[in-house]
Amino acid sequence: MAKRIDVSGLSAFYGGFRAIDDISMTVEPRTVTAFIGPSGCGKSTFLRTLNRMHEVTPGGRVEGKVLLDDENLYGSDVDPVSVRRTVGMVFQRPNPFPTMSIYDNVAAGLRLNGRRRKQELDEIVEKSLTGANLWNEVKDRLGKPGAGLSGGQQQRLCIARAIAVEPDVLLMDEPCSALDPISTLAIEDLIGGLKERFTIVIVTHNMQQAARVSDRTAFFNLAAVGQPGKLIEIDETERIFSNPSVQATEDYISGRFG
Amino acid sequence: MDMTQTADAPPPSPPQPSAKPETEVRERPALRAGDRLFLGLSGGSGILLLVLMAAIAGFLSYRAVNAISQDHGNFFTTFEWNTDTTPPVFGIAVLAFGTIVSSIIAMAVAVPVSIGIALFITHYAHRRIASPLAYVVDLLAAVPSIVYGLWGALFLVPHMNGLDLWLDRYFGWTYVFDQSTPGSAARSLFTVSILLAIMIVPIITNVSREVFRQVPRAHQEAALALGATRWEVVRLSVLPFARSGIISASMLGLGRALGETMAVATVLSSSSVLSLHLLDPEGGTFAQNIASHFGEATNFGRDALIAGGLVLFVITLIVNGAARLIIARRKEYSGANA
Repeated sequence: MAKRIDVSGLSAFYGGFRAIDDISMTVEPRTVTAFIGPSGCGKSTFLRTLNRMHEVTPGGRVEGKVLLDDENLYGSDVDPVSVRRTVGMVFQRPNPFPTMSIYDNVAAGLRLNGRRRKQELDEIVEKSLTGANLWNEVKDRLGKPGAGLSGGQQQRLCIARAIAVEPDVLLMDEPCSALDPISTLAIEDLIGGLKERFTIVIVTHNMQQAARVSDRTAFFNLAAVGQPGKLIEIDETERIFSNPSVQATEDYISGRFG
Repeated sequence: MDMTQTADAPPPSPPQPSAKPETEVRERPALRAGDRLFLGLSGGSGILLLVLMAAIAGFLSYRAVNAISQDHGNFFTTFEWNTDTTPPVFGIAVLAFGTIVSSIIAMAVAVPVSIGIALFITHYAHRRIASPLAYVVDLLAAVPSIVYGLWGALFLVPHMNGLDLWLDRYFGWTYVFDQSTPGSAARSLFTVSILLAIMIVPIITNVSREVFRQVPRAHQEAALALGATRWEVVRLSVLPFARSGIISASMLGLGRALGETMAVATVLSSSSVLSLHLLDPEGGTFAQNIASHFGEATNFGRDALIAGGLVLFVITLIVNGAARLIIARRKEYSGANA
């Protein structure tokens, strides 16, 4: 169930390029933490180090530690595949498996974990779709392809797929950037409910969204293009948006740059 | 242009072309001429293709009917191919059997191997190995079939004995792999099948590789983020997305296997015996039959060979149609709309 994330001294590289530099932060269980900052500041890269997706990119490399409760995700004996089974992820563009039905999309992760009993799958699929506020819209067409849903529904399907395996943490990489305002609202509502069960980290370009959904906000910035991104500050969302302790944060939030 | 013509109707007057309308009138037809040219070229090519297909079918049918009408055997069930005897007796039973069986075996061997190579190149191998490997496969696809034929006859045939003996010993009970005279030279339908498999692997690999390469990163990351291993990523996102592409690639390969001529003619010790013992040097294929007999055939003999060619043509059409049906049936689930 929901776990604490404790990052210390984390840097990520693309080949020889240092994309993020020496980041340390703590994310409490059952909270929503938002990452904001200008494009290229490394917030998505940082997010992808939290489930070891960064190293999938050719040349991707990570230094530092990420503790999930007390287990280091980058320990030498840790299998990245098993990390990704406990840290779920939702992407910028909805990406349901196009060849699978709605049901099979949600069950995909469970089947990977070797759970195949029909009755058990039925229950979890319904529970996950309900949890993603999608059940009522799709319960009569579970056998239809997931790619036939609207963009917002597809994204909620992806959330259902991610939470079906009961991850400890749920990472969301700009989950609403490809969606219209109404679908965005639906997802934001959903996030508010999900945080009772999961530790949620969300990257967003939309500062109102960060203000609406998150408990804590982290501001990332980079000194110049070609320089590594850094964590400038992380604090209670209310404080970041009203009275941040660093001038750069205030400049960014008030729209003076970025 | 149309507007001015209909509105100002009759007078095709010379005073009309003042400076401004002149340029307008000139500009628009110029564009249209380009459009019309393009339409003519593309539409013409399309129609030309249909005309060509019809011409080939018509030619084949015309000559074939001439031959079949004088055939004193049943064209579909007769084993021998004797067009010089009076009356002529010839049929395609052996050829159809040989063509279809050798192609099926070739596909059964080549498709999994090709998918494996293509996956290795796109998803497993390091880039430093993958690019040269892909290049070699490209080269193999360009080797002329007569070269494969010579290699098959001079290298593959003598080296098939070991495999043949092994199959005979352990799978002889299946009847199909029972060799009548164990250890005889392997100029058999089975050797032909293996050679065909080797020949179509490069084509199927190339096309599948391109398809695998197009699998969207987002689909693969979706699987990865669920905790899929590399093989599970392939199974969950790559193979389903590439399914119709794999079928198309296989059909290309099958087309080549069905129609392959020189390699088969060089390797196979042909006969008019329909033998289910695939390791025996018996049988024939449509294309091989034409290549072996065309040189010395009389006019009538050529018509008969063309009748055989027509059957091959029809088989190829049916195979391709079936493949399209398979692809179309699952369109709703194809990755194309995501």
